[in-house]
Amino acid sequence: MTSDAGHAPRLIELLRTNTESLIDKWVDAVAVLLRGRSTKAELESDFKEFFAVLLPLVGTDGRDTSRPEFAEIRSLLEEYSRNRVRSGFTPSETASSLFSLKREVFGLTEGDEDPELFRQVLEFSSLLDALGLLTFEFYARAREEIIREQSEQLLELTTPVVKIWEGVLAVPLVGTLDSARTQVVMEKLLEMLVETGSEHAIIDITGVFAVDTQVAQHLLKTVVAARLMGAECIVSGIRPQIAQTIVALGIEFGDIVTKASLADALRHALRRDGVDVVRREVV
Amino acid sequence: MERVPILKIGGVLLVSIQIDLQDQSVLALQEDLAEKISTTGAHGVVIDISAVEIVDSFIGRMFATIASISRLFDADTVVVGMRPAVAITLVELGLTLGGVRTALNLERGMKILEQVRRDA
Repeated sequence: MTSDAGHAPRLIELLRTNTESLIDKWVDAVAVLLRGRSTKAELESDFKEFFAVLLPLVGTDGRDTSRPEFAEIRSLLEEYSRNRVRSGFTPSETASSLFSLKREVFGLTEGDEDPELFRQVLEFSSLLDALGLLTFEFYARAREEIIREQSEQLLELTTPVVKIWEGVLAVPLVGTLDSARTQVVMEKLLEMLVETGSEHAIIDITGVFAVDTQVAQHLLKTVVAARLMGAECIVSGIRPQIAQTIVALGIEFGDIVTKASLADALRHALRRDGVDVVRREVV
Repeated sequence: MERVPILKIGGVLLVSIQIDLQDQSVLALQEDLAEKISTTGAHGVVIDISAVEIVDSFIGRMFATIASISRLFDADTVVVGMRPAVAITLVELGLTLGGVRTALNLERGMKILEQVRRDA
């Protein structure tokens, strides 16, 4: 606490006596700001809770918000920011819902000449600034979490290993190949080889738009690892541009079988297995 | 030191590794195997490593060494049942076991040896 050890600062008294009208005005201001995307009832319940936690903090130094007395308001703000992220609000909309309270408090104390009160309002305003920054931080953190979750899901989603014939697996790769993804593909493919007892695997890269030396390296590693386990890999679906890149980069595929399309690769695998596909005479 | 048993099935020697390999047992296995191939005149060697979870470069090299030894006795070597994690480790170590045949499981391994025998 900063001043007036004996009695409560005037600002707190003011805020306490005008709580109802202050929250009403605050809700109105924010509702306009958010253009009706949050209902007033929602805002009101949020702000009431928030105000109740904020009130004991009035007069506290807002420079270090990691102190224990801020724990409650931190968790409240974190929850609030998280909800805002999920419902698609921008970070400035989230932070300015806090800043709007400032204007209302200024309005409340406008006509007063007391320099002490003025000082308290200034301090309160800087406290709100600190809290606003906190929402920003929480907002960013929540968003990062979402991005991380999604990229993990994407990793799972985009790497299916399918069995297309007895003893033949196919891995259709789509999108950008990076180390993490190739690692997942490689492990999944090798595990499936054991599980299904397949001796052939077709890695189809029709959906891959860029191949650099690193990606090629990963592909080669996968093929070699499969070979160590006693299975053969065929790479299919190399796009014309990618073929040019591969040659320009001087990447050697060595004795790895490459085919133009998945169909060619399947035919090759079947032939190696001693299966012939013959067209039946149709009358 | 534990020794790895070597079993004879027809003209094929089966080495099933069920223990954590120490360098000493690897060396002993190489000696035993050379001995056994020369006395039995086997035409093929199958090394089953489906129970092996951890490999290092020394064990990785063992396969190539065993293959070279058997080749001197005109026997083929097939490594069977390698686990995905082991395969990845060997690739990361840069060991590609050139000259060693591999198969997914024991059954396929035996079949490969049979085929090689027939083609020869």
